[in-house]
Amino acid sequence: MSKTCDAEVPEAAALRRMFEIVAAISRTDAEFRKLLLAGQARSTYYSPKGQECISAGIGALLRGDDYVVTTYRGLHDHLAKGVPMRELFAEFLGRATGTCKGKGGPMHVTHLATGLMVTTGIVGSGLPIANGLAWSSLLRGTDQVTVVNFGDGASNIGAFHEALNMAALWRLPVVFVCHNNRYGEHTRYEAATSVAQVALRAAAYGMPGCTVDGNDPLAVYGAAQAAVARARAGDGPTLIEAMTYRFWGHIFGDDMRYMPAEERQAAMAGDPAVRYRNWLVDQGHFADADLAVIEADLDAAIADAVGFALDSPPPDPAELFTDVYAGEAMRA
Amino acid sequence: MTETHSAGTRPAATATETRRMTTVQAILDALDLSMARDPSVLLLGEDVDDAAGGGIFHTSVGLSGKYGEARVRATPISEQAIVGAAIGAAIGGFRPVAEIMFMDFFGIALDQIAGHAAKLRYMSGGQTAVPLTIRTAAGAGMQFGAQHSEMLESWVCHIPGLKVVVAANPADAKGLLMSAIADDDPVITIEPTLNYWVSAEVPVGDHFVPIGKAAIARPGSDVTVVTYGRMTGFALQAAAELAAEGIDAEVIDLRSLVPMDEDAIIASVGRTRRAVVVHEAVRRGGLGAEIASLINEHLFGQLDAPVMRVAAPNTPVPYAAELEREFLVDSAKIAAGVRELAKA
Repeated sequence: MSKTCDAEVPEAAALRRMFEIVAAISRTDAEFRKLLLAGQARSTYYSPKGQECISAGIGALLRGDDYVVTTYRGLHDHLAKGVPMRELFAEFLGRATGTCKGKGGPMHVTHLATGLMVTTGIVGSGLPIANGLAWSSLLRGTDQVTVVNFGDGASNIGAFHEALNMAALWRLPVVFVCHNNRYGEHTRYEAATSVAQVALRAAAYGMPGCTVDGNDPLAVYGAAQAAVARARAGDGPTLIEAMTYRFWGHIFGDDMRYMPAEERQAAMAGDPAVRYRNWLVDQGHFADADLAVIEADLDAAIADAVGFALDSPPPDPAELFTDVYAGEAMRA
Repeated sequence: MTETHSAGTRPAATATETRRMTTVQAILDALDLSMARDPSVLLLGEDVDDAAGGGIFHTSVGLSGKYGEARVRATPISEQAIVGAAIGAAIGGFRPVAEIMFMDFFGIALDQIAGHAAKLRYMSGGQTAVPLTIRTAAGAGMQFGAQHSEMLESWVCHIPGLKVVVAANPADAKGLLMSAIADDDPVITIEPTLNYWVSAEVPVGDHFVPIGKAAIARPGSDVTVVTYGRMTGFALQAAAELAAEGIDAEVIDLRSLVPMDEDAIIASVGRTRRAVVVHEAVRRGGLGAEIASLINEHLFGQLDAPVMRVAAPNTPVPYAAELEREFLVDSAKIAAGVRELAKA
């Protein structure tokens, strides 16, 4: 049976780190949407706004050498793992200075130095790959953990089921994190999924599963802490389902008619980034002015990163033919 | 099948002593040597460990005992999970060899193969190499029916980022597999099922056949037969028959489909001015069309006849032995094609 994971209030450093991540995601997302609307960026963009507390709760727990795999809606996970903003914005803008030399784009960010291993554009496909990364750390004898993020829609694709079975069978150090944002593309969760909660599916594979409030970084942190500890100790994988909501629909700019307006307005009114900030101040963990300093630093870093990206050149045309195979560029 | 590769066109082997063995033994030898020389080489797939018999074709017998079950892992029947785990391990610094029992099952894992293994180096701007080998049995002739008999090399040859090799004999099965495992890119090694039990001399010890180099399986001057895999044996049989009729056919065994040894094809057809492309896969969209186009692009105007394709009809592989024989390309069909072309 699935249960709601217990949450305890983490120490101040973790609270601060989670705030930094939440604020970075929220502000970076807003900036990129602005660039799209201004015509300075053109790409399909899957905004993670509304889901930032999930990445924050996990990101605050991971080490630099842990692995993260995510999806096309992945900006929150990129930032939480520490992918540098300059390279990230440059990649989103398709510049030579991007994480992937402008050859991946928002849907395919990889940044080995920070352990952001794969960003896939294919629903569910990251899960089997995460198993292999986890197998590699077992073989090396390290206690690295692999976290793989995916949406609720991915829990209905075959790769999810194959991957959970194999991970449990092989006791792999993987944390499966389902960002349940209530929609798979334009279809409501209930219309596509046979169980009330994705976490119920963990039982079918003999692994622990839990559902948490994904809009509460403390709840996510608590669940992830147990799951990461289990993985590091060699006790196998965990499925965490974090309940959340995506503010900007499937693709930023879609008409969102499939999402009831009042439902979306209610979610936005309860903006988890704002809620967490208020909680930190109300509970006396940080003074408003302390958080404002963090925010001002983030805004400066984002402005610097956007400037860097806009000033960066596009990839050289010869880049078309490099990195297809190892070694020299292929013949044109 | 006879071993008639001319020594002059074969790359120098790293070992000169040979031993007679089947293709199955040659593959097992390649896996064993690769695992011994490089501790990062892993093996995974359905039934590959000793408890399950060392693979349904016995190509991994003894390896889980010798190298441990951490490196030789039998998997659930989960092709996406198998290839996905292999990709992750490859990105994580290992050299996994994944076995997909039959190439027909590529459909189940194609997103991992074509969407991920092939593209992760490119999409990451060169950060994530995927030194992965996928071994798979393919081909008809054993009445396995439509879902366990297909040659689907076109599927994977179409995807940039993958390399694709097919051996025609036990020595190349060993040499191409060792090269595939040592290669820094994802390589698909297609193993013609009926070749598994064919015996021939195989170099002892490490043996690497370079990926991207064709072999002139039989030199000739009248017409070039371009082929690969199990069809190479049939082409050689056909060439022997045709020699008695005064037609001297050259047989090119491509060995590597991606990258393809285009220079070898163009040089040969440039001399013979006539080309027959032979493959076991169905004709439509097959590699024969690609090779015919390559020849036309380079030699149009110098050809004495249009490039001919000898391939299977555009049908599923049938079950009944009579129908399957009708479906399959064989030496008689190749000989008929070459005769027709030689007269043109």
